[in-house]
Amino acid sequence: MTESNARSSSALESILAHAVILLAVGFALYPILWVVSLALSGTSDPSPQVLPLPQEPTLSNLREVAWTSQTVDGAEVWLFGHQLLNSVVVSLATAMVGIAIATPAAYALARFEFVGKSAGLRTLLATQMFPAVASAIPLYILLDALGLLNSRTGLILCYATTTVPFCIFQLRGAFETIPVDLEEAAMVDGATRFGAFVRVVLPAARPAIAVTGLFAFMHAYNEFILAATLLSREDMFTLPVVLQRFIGEYNAQWELFAAGSLIVSIPVMALFYVVQRHLVAGLTAGGVKG
Amino acid sequence: MTPSRRVPAARRIRCSRWLVGLTGVACLATVLVPKPATADDEIVLWHAYRGEEAAVLEQLVAEHERETGTEVELLRLPYDAFASKLAAAIPLGEGPDIFIDSHERLGDFRHRGLVAPVGDALGSIKNYPPKVLTAVTGPQGGFWGVPLSLKSVALYVRTDLLDPGEIPSTLEALVALQPTLPEGAYALAYEARGAYAHAAFLGAFGGTMLTPDEQFGFVGPAAERSLEFVQSMIASGAVPGDADGALVTNLFRSGKAATAISGPWLANDLGSEVPYTVVVLPNIAAADGPMRPFLTVEALMLSPTGRTKQHVRALARHLSGQAAAQLRQQRARTISARNDVEPPTNDPVLRAFADQASTAVVMPSARAMRSTWEPANRAIRRVLRGQMSPQVALESARKQFDDVRRPPPPPASPTPWLIALGATLLLGALALVRRARDPDTQAALRASLPAYRYLVHAVFAVSLLVLAPLLVGAATSLFVGRPDTGYFVGLANFYDILTARGGPLLATGSFYIVVLVTLLWTLLNLVLHLAIGVGLGLVLSRPAMRLRGLYRVLLILPWAVPSYVTALAWRGMFHRQFGAVTGLIHQLNAWFGTTLEPIDWFARFSTAFTANVATNVWLGFPFMMVVTLGALTAVPRDALEAAEVDGASRWQRLRFVTLPMIRPALVPAAMLGAIWTFNMFNVVFLVSGGEPDGTTDILVSEAYRWAFTREAQYGYAAAYAVLIFVLLAGLTRLTERVGKGAQL
Repeated sequence: MTESNARSSSALESILAHAVILLAVGFALYPILWVVSLALSGTSDPSPQVLPLPQEPTLSNLREVAWTSQTVDGAEVWLFGHQLLNSVVVSLATAMVGIAIATPAAYALARFEFVGKSAGLRTLLATQMFPAVASAIPLYILLDALGLLNSRTGLILCYATTTVPFCIFQLRGAFETIPVDLEEAAMVDGATRFGAFVRVVLPAARPAIAVTGLFAFMHAYNEFILAATLLSREDMFTLPVVLQRFIGEYNAQWELFAAGSLIVSIPVMALFYVVQRHLVAGLTAGGVKG
Repeated sequence: MTPSRRVPAARRIRCSRWLVGLTGVACLATVLVPKPATADDEIVLWHAYRGEEAAVLEQLVAEHERETGTEVELLRLPYDAFASKLAAAIPLGEGPDIFIDSHERLGDFRHRGLVAPVGDALGSIKNYPPKVLTAVTGPQGGFWGVPLSLKSVALYVRTDLLDPGEIPSTLEALVALQPTLPEGAYALAYEARGAYAHAAFLGAFGGTMLTPDEQFGFVGPAAERSLEFVQSMIASGAVPGDADGALVTNLFRSGKAATAISGPWLANDLGSEVPYTVVVLPNIAAADGPMRPFLTVEALMLSPTGRTKQHVRALARHLSGQAAAQLRQQRARTISARNDVEPPTNDPVLRAFADQASTAVVMPSARAMRSTWEPANRAIRRVLRGQMSPQVALESARKQFDDVRRPPPPPASPTPWLIALGATLLLGALALVRRARDPDTQAALRASLPAYRYLVHAVFAVSLLVLAPLLVGAATSLFVGRPDTGYFVGLANFYDILTARGGPLLATGSFYIVVLVTLLWTLLNLVLHLAIGVGLGLVLSRPAMRLRGLYRVLLILPWAVPSYVTALAWRGMFHRQFGAVTGLIHQLNAWFGTTLEPIDWFARFSTAFTANVATNVWLGFPFMMVVTLGALTAVPRDALEAAEVDGASRWQRLRFVTLPMIRPALVPAAMLGAIWTFNMFNVVFLVSGGEPDGTTDILVSEAYRWAFTREAQYGYAAAYAVLIFVLLAGLTRLTERVGKGAQL
């Protein structure tokens, strides 16, 4: 293969790659654009449109959703902002607690042999197979007994523990792709097993931890049934609960729901933008050399 | 690393032990410290009102607080979570003292012990019309709710399209106006496929949805004639056959429907620019009578704890009083349930709704009523799609109703179960003791100790908050009825499911057919998720890719936007008449001169299933893509370079270097992804809703229907959940056997 051939083939390939990605972006964005159009429309005239263009564009839906306030102790509080903060705090805490519980467990499952290992793994997987259809009331009774009803801590604990099985599987897979030599080298250098885990394995697994954390975050961020069931104070609500209130018994305010959904997804995109910088190939390779 | 670094590492271990200890102490403390009790005289009120109705309620409550000095805590909840929250909270004494809901739920609430008779909260019964009082009367007498407002549908008329003085008195004449309307406008729009709106037609022909002895009433000549009548209206082109609530609103608001059958809620969506009025529903000449819609009474209900409190009943009297009713009528424009509050004469809209309320039929509040909707909806859809004659469709709806309301299985003796359970526990304990005495096991346990230190928190947290509720949930599958009065039935629920409750084993909706649909659903989704997600992950990880960060963020959008609204966007795109897919077909026809017909996506299993799969693939591929991106970071560049130097082709590098290296991360994601897809009821509920005829329902959506729309048969739903678990466990074992490498 001559050099110019190689170059043109790589240029062709690059165009092809961009074409594939652009197609996928189109597929991903098209339904979202309908949501955007719904959120920005002042009216909606039903007609089989192909392009999701808003009719009589207006920002009033966004304003109506986001500018809610409540009077607390005589002072006006920006309720929506408060609830947005609730959502972000609860979801970040879920991600942190979930990862904190799952990481050591995943490491043990990846590196140690111990009595009850396969039974434990099977149980973890089994928890994911069981639909929660009949377990909401037992969970409610349990939280009541623990005094964790109507508290953000209770909600975070519920979310975090339900993500733990997934986090463990995901992190275990990630730890298994990290060469054992790395820790062994550290231990030869005098580090303890735990020291090697914290100093060597965790940094090398950073991308996987970021991805798993993002998952745990998303799990908590979009959930509304449990939040609405466990929380009984308006200023503790997370945003999905607030948005769900636009769906009534007889009719739904879809424009407001759509507008709220768009606002809700902005923090997620910002978070993902931060996380995705950790998703750079070859980090481990650097670790081996260093 | 230098030896000096060892110290902090060792300290960290100690730290982690401390952490475990602290967590334990904290957990104990939360158990032991008594909960701060809410002030005794504080009243808790829950409601699902929105907009002006909520604002008026807040104002009235604030007035009452000022006048009496009692404190009221208002909580506005989403309607979707309202009933389930009541059901969870009230039995534990964590619920409200008083709440607002439609009277038609009273039967169900009574059955579950969530409401109590209202006593003197009602005030004088002379202030309410007898019809309203019957709505809140229990089967053994007594009032169970304090009526607030009345809701029923009536006829909205666009005054720019129809002269308000010349609104025809019969529906036939109204539909006949179609040719005089502007191009593209319908004479009438309403939710033709829903039983709630259809009830008004049924009422005109003298039929009912539920007979007084709680049998399925939507059968027989009246029901058949009502369906034939609707069929002919739709066939004439004057009425759209597949409008849902949002489409009715949009058609009427944009002038594409001259009239609409809808309730007071539509008025809130219309605003001031739309010229309209409301009149009482017309007569149907063929039935020789007026249309009679359902009437629902919104009422204050007292929880068993709330009824005992004097000041709660005082609040109820205040909220339902004459002054309060006037304020509600004035500001929120609701029709008062009281007979001493007249709508203003200069407000034709309110007057029309009030008049309609007097001819409307009170919706039965028996639990059985809730079981009529699903079969009735299905029958209406079958007929309107032209798949079945009214008679056949209604007969099959009655069968479905009877099937849901079959008598519960007889109680079984728990003794053999308890003996078996005791024996298993005993044998298990013995085996444990024997194993623990075995020196080999002891050595193995000692060797396992370091690993256990990493595992305690996870084991503790997962067993307490995940496993325990699941096990209790699974145990409910052996019971029937509500938690406090239910009884043990052994395996009767499972027997019923597996024998299709005595029906044909391979009929639509039977367990075995639903299993097949679920398997197909899971397999298709898994393959597409993996193919698209991994493919995009690989392309995006090309080092030279420009705009990579932007692409990545755009591609996770389907995951980032709440799926409730995007799933409905998908459903909208598949609408036969106004969906974007139909728009595309028109566009293609215009460009290429083809004559493609718009597809009725939810009329056939294949297309409805495709719509579900398309939505779920769209929702799920970003997750696989992100997992792939994370996994690809672990592929050392040296390995790829070495392979390239050795002359491996691109495909070989992918096949023999990259894929094996990302496999450990992908296998659990794929496995869990498959399990979640198996149990993904959201998409099925929101996109196809099981249409047509429940054929696109998967196992878990069946389970949810039993738990939530079919009279809360939790034991039966739990039995479904256990069967789902058994199936999934079997399937994972099978995959492990077949693909050796897929082991966890």
